[in-house]
Amino acid sequence: MSKVRLATVWMDGCSGCHMSFLDMDERILEIADKVDLVYSPLVDIKTFPESVDVTIVEGAVSNEDDLKKAKMIRARTKILVALGDCAVTSNVPAMRNQFGTEGVLARAYLENAQINPHVPNKVIPPLLPQARPLHEFVPVDVFVPGCPPSADDIFSVVADLLAGRTPDLHGRGRFG
Amino acid sequence: MSPAAPGVVTFVMDGKDVSARADQTVLAVAREHNVAIPTLCALEGLSTVGACRLCLVEIAGSPKLQPACVLKATEGLNVSTRSERLDKYRKMIVELLLSERNHVCSVCVSNGHCDLQSLAQSLGIDHVRFPYLYPSFAVDASHARFTLDHNRCVLCTRCVRVCDEVEGAHTWDVMGRGIRSQVITGLKQPWGESESCTTCGKCVQVCPTGALSEKGKSVAEMRKRRDFLPYLTQMREEHA
Repeated sequence: MSKVRLATVWMDGCSGCHMSFLDMDERILEIADKVDLVYSPLVDIKTFPESVDVTIVEGAVSNEDDLKKAKMIRARTKILVALGDCAVTSNVPAMRNQFGTEGVLARAYLENAQINPHVPNKVIPPLLPQARPLHEFVPVDVFVPGCPPSADDIFSVVADLLAGRTPDLHGRGRFG
Repeated sequence: MSPAAPGVVTFVMDGKDVSARADQTVLAVAREHNVAIPTLCALEGLSTVGACRLCLVEIAGSPKLQPACVLKATEGLNVSTRSERLDKYRKMIVELLLSERNHVCSVCVSNGHCDLQSLAQSLGIDHVRFPYLYPSFAVDASHARFTLDHNRCVLCTRCVRVCDEVEGAHTWDVMGRGIRSQVITGLKQPWGESESCTTCGKCVQVCPTGALSEKGKSVAEMRKRRDFLPYLTQMREEHA
């Protein structure tokens, strides 16, 4: 049986969902046997491949690069999973939304800067007006709420997907 | 002799015959029979306002859904408390509530002890289909012991009712219309400057979310204690 091509992506989140993924102990070996990890912050591949079976996204869509990636990932992925509250609800990254990008950048880079206060305008991608959940930009197939979702929930969803089943958290999934 | 007892009625709930006093609501009868109907604004010991619409039930022969919290048990009634249609509306209501304010569960004082959060979970809501509004709402921390965070408020008016009906202070009320409504203290003064507030904390304890909390509580530390309410109500009824 050919292995499932799995990718994980880190957008505007704290990486806690990826940590929770790794927290599933020895069960990760069971998953590792069945997948090719073709793109992830956990491996050294720099470009997102053409064809992926399952992509798990952590984090909200918050800047222009996130948005570009979200669209590209969707086009190249069969099953797209929004993992955790930032991807699902926008969560903490969205707490900036009511202040506007200028206000937020000024607060971070001017008002609180000790040396050389300036708003960065090179290399890093510009912020979108608001951080918003993934499904407001591209269709999402599976939602796994939680901050972070428990390792048990992540294992259950991934195991279901690898077995070709529709994931069902049986009411365990919860915001927060 | 006690005054004439209300009559007994028989009606059908989810296909089963049930008996009730004629002054009981369908919600009260459902709870007696361990039939779970989701609620948010209703709280035993307070008046009912039928505001949240989560307890809507179907009545055979009527196209209109009725809130079980105010629907009186009547002879021959035939109600359904669960259906695809009701599930659809209940989910929609909770999703709209989640999208209307900034309910950031992960950093909320009530995370893990919140009626709205557990409603979303029990209704199987794993994402919100409506665009989040991310409105700009203030936090009033002017009171010495309590905090009001409008970002978490669902406008259930439990605080307004407990303050008026049980404490007798009527510090709380509602201003504005529709989605712009807000709970206020006094004439929209900072809570800490309210002269009518007795600092009893009843509003905080009945609040279903993290909108009202005790100062000094951090994320997930705010557990509401509501036992006092049915106790007070019972004592007042018995000694009326």
